[in-house]
Amino acid sequence: MEKKETFIDKVWNFFASVKLAVIIFAVLSLTSIVGTIIEQNVEPTKNIKVLSKLFGQSAAPAAYRIFDSLGFMDMYHSWWFVTILLLFAANLIICSIDRLPKIMKLVKEPIKPLSGDQFKGFSIRKEFVLKGKSELVAQVVKKAIGSAPAEVKEEQGSQFYAQKGNFTRLGVYITHFSILVILGGAIIGIFFGFKGVLNLPEGAVSTVAYSRSGQERPLGFGIRCDKFQVDFYGESDMPKAYKSLLTVIKDGREVMKKEIVVNDPLRYEGVTFYQSSYGIVPGAGAQNGIFRLRIMSKDGKTENKDVHLGDSFAVPGTNSVGRIEDFSPALAFDEKTSRPFTYAEQMTNPAVLVSFYEGTNRKFGGWIFKRYPTSGKLPDGNIVELQDVWGLQYTGLQVRNDPGVWIVYFGCIAMAAGLFITFFMSHRRIWARVIEEKGGARVILGASANKNRQAFERKIDNAISSFTNVKEGGR
Amino acid sequence: MDSSTLFGIATLAYILAMIIYITYLAFRKPQIGLTATTVTVIGFVAQTCAILFRWKEFYEIGRMGILRAAPFTNLYESLVFFIWCLILGYLIIEFRYKNRSFGAFVTPIAGLALAFIDLTGMSKDIQPLVPALQSNWLLVHVMMSFIAYSTFALAFCTGLMYLIVTTEKRDEASYIFWTLAVGILIVMLAAMGLDFLTFKVGGQGAERLMKSYLFRASFLSPSPVVSLFSIVAAASVLFFCWRYGYLLKRVVATLSVNADILDEITYRSIAIGFPIFTLGGLIFGAIWADQAWGVYWSWDPKETWSLISWFVYAFYLHARLLRGWKGKKIAVVAVVGFVAVVFTYLGVNLLLSGLHSYGSE
Ligand code: HEM
Repeated sequence: MEKKETFIDKVWNFFASVKLAVIIFAVLSLTSIVGTIIEQNVEPTKNIKVLSKLFGQSAAPAAYRIFDSLGFMDMYHSWWFVTILLLFAANLIICSIDRLPKIMKLVKEPIKPLSGDQFKGFSIRKEFVLKGKSELVAQVVKKAIGSAPAEVKEEQGSQFYAQKGNFTRLGVYITHFSILVILGGAIIGIFFGFKGVLNLPEGAVSTVAYSRSGQERPLGFGIRCDKFQVDFYGESDMPKAYKSLLTVIKDGREVMKKEIVVNDPLRYEGVTFYQSSYGIVPGAGAQNGIFRLRIMSKDGKTENKDVHLGDSFAVPGTNSVGRIEDFSPALAFDEKTSRPFTYAEQMTNPAVLVSFYEGTNRKFGGWIFKRYPTSGKLPDGNIVELQDVWGLQYTGLQVRNDPGVWIVYFGCIAMAAGLFITFFMSHRRIWARVIEEKGGARVILGASANKNRQAFERKIDNAISSFTNVKEGGR
Repeated sequence: MDSSTLFGIATLAYILAMIIYITYLAFRKPQIGLTATTVTVIGFVAQTCAILFRWKEFYEIGRMGILRAAPFTNLYESLVFFIWCLILGYLIIEFRYKNRSFGAFVTPIAGLALAFIDLTGMSKDIQPLVPALQSNWLLVHVMMSFIAYSTFALAFCTGLMYLIVTTEKRDEASYIFWTLAVGILIVMLAAMGLDFLTFKVGGQGAERLMKSYLFRASFLSPSPVVSLFSIVAAASVLFFCWRYGYLLKRVVATLSVNADILDEITYRSIAIGFPIFTLGGLIFGAIWADQAWGVYWSWDPKETWSLISWFVYAFYLHARLLRGWKGKKIAVVAVVGFVAVVFTYLGVNLLLSGLHSYGSE
């Protein structure tokens, strides 16, 4: 009797089909392309400019309106893109459920001996003659597949059979499942996670971070920036490392201290702090900065001193007094006029202007750079180095709390494992019928592999020839 | 010897090998084939040494440990590594399948990549790593991506050959596809060559060439006459390829390469490349972004285009399961996949950033 397809069957089959998967791959690719051409989440003028390059000046505003109403300005979060992703997930789930019983049967089923002319239908089929004992056939089979075969007695002799890697048929399902896990982890991140920023001046403590829209979000502990610093390559302006020394304060105690750099964040109670930007605290006058000087007198006395703008300090063992007159975060000298000027709004090349007095008598003075210690060699043989500037910069931290990220990582591992199993392993089966003849055995061998058949066939050929050759050699 | 001399030798050897392989395709004398292989191997050895030397030079300059000195971090170095993987993959195939005729299809890709490096005049200097690039994830990410890209490039070559061998009629969709694909390749290269020549005359810095000068000498020329002429010329090249494409088929057909072997190599290359790309390109890339910025996926154009390439190859793998998709249709997908890969790597930087830039034109 012919079974009638009900409506539910139809829907089920539609979602269980690989055809739908292929269509979804194509649709996702094509729509994603549009999202790379139109810049996502930027102010309209930018995309109108992009569109005018593509469609011409006059058509651009209309094109913008059309694309905007279709959600293309933030398309990866638009209702229709999310719908495609959900369809994709449904396709995967239903396809897997649809096929899994059959596959599980293949995985669990023990291998059975073949009967009659079943040997004919194999893509790998061999016939050969072994001189001597027929037990050698078991060794041939073992060498070809890597596990000891089972044996049944037959009328004319016996049959050996074995299988390996039946579980590898599940590799595809692990891969497919991992995609659902990753999507799930991403969804958890979207709904239960927090992404924010925090600009933390040196010395400051914060117990909150800020979302993009500026809302406060309590952290549950305090975080303090003890120091921010940029290291440069040699004497160039090329940054080598951005470092922030952070301290976590909980219930008034310091519970954790870590120096973070760009690829090494700080994690505490599920919140992660990433080094993402930096700058000079807006409105912080140079008078708030602390300059750490190292003063070495001619006769070897060394002293470290923290001073402010306008402060004076004594050079030990002399009656010379230095005074901080000025500060620049990034000092350079004009090539033509040799006049000093500040070339960047960042702490790229800090320098202090120091004048030295004996009594009220100004002896000499000049700019001392952090980057060039020789700039602190004074005419009278004493040395003053600018070791550090503190309190003027902030570190820009990206703050994240994403409970889904571990699920995503787990999904990634599962996907890698699933793909490895799928592409580099296979389910191999082998049967060998031995027909006893006088002086030896005739062997009919059939084998199959669901992947990479050639490699299996090569192994079988090697196994056969290693035994038949030994025999022919007469040993 | 230093690394740049060795790179020079390798470049020369690959370009020579390309010419010899094509000669071999035409005359099919075994001696010519052997010469081609020998020259390729010489180039490969020279390039291997060059990469190792550069690694050592970088290590001595950077002083940040062996791993942080791996020479795969900028456009130039990654292209060089891509060529290295491609040639290695090709040599393995030549050895395994005992067939030299793919050489005439693979070495031109290496030659083109090398020419691209020189034409665009991209910086070959060793550049110290900026902080964001100082990550071991990045290293494996880049290495594995390029290993995968080279398997995709091989699949592209064999897929294209498959189409050339199997298509018969001029009104057949797959014939039109491959002749147009070859034609567009020629047009693009010619246009970029023109850009380069006129740009040289203008005497501007090479950095700007890639970003804002692409196709300004032809299609996007300020003069409508030039741009119209370019379009007409391009159209005639395409027509020519379509009209006379079967000549190429005749040459390839005389090689008696079996279409099934081509199909198999295409599948095998993708079956190796896909898991490597998934792990190295997508997963390690995401982990690196997560470590550096706290976002594992941000839909930026580069990420999105890798995802698109990935979807195209997933399409390939699944379409093989469908009835009626074996053969030509699937070969078209393999070709399209590599176009997406090239766009991921170069197009995003060259075309999209130009499109999105505010820069004065
Ligand atoms: C991005 C998402 C996906 C990835 C990465 C993926 C990956 C794979 C891989 C690697 C294979 C093995 C192919 C081969 O052996 O050549 C496969 C097979 C398969 N995929 Fe997917 N897949 C995805 C989505 C889907 C979807 C949405 C469906 C829904 C129908 C699907 C259905 C299948 C089926 C039926 C097979 C064949 C299984 C078998 O041979 O027993 N896949 N997939």
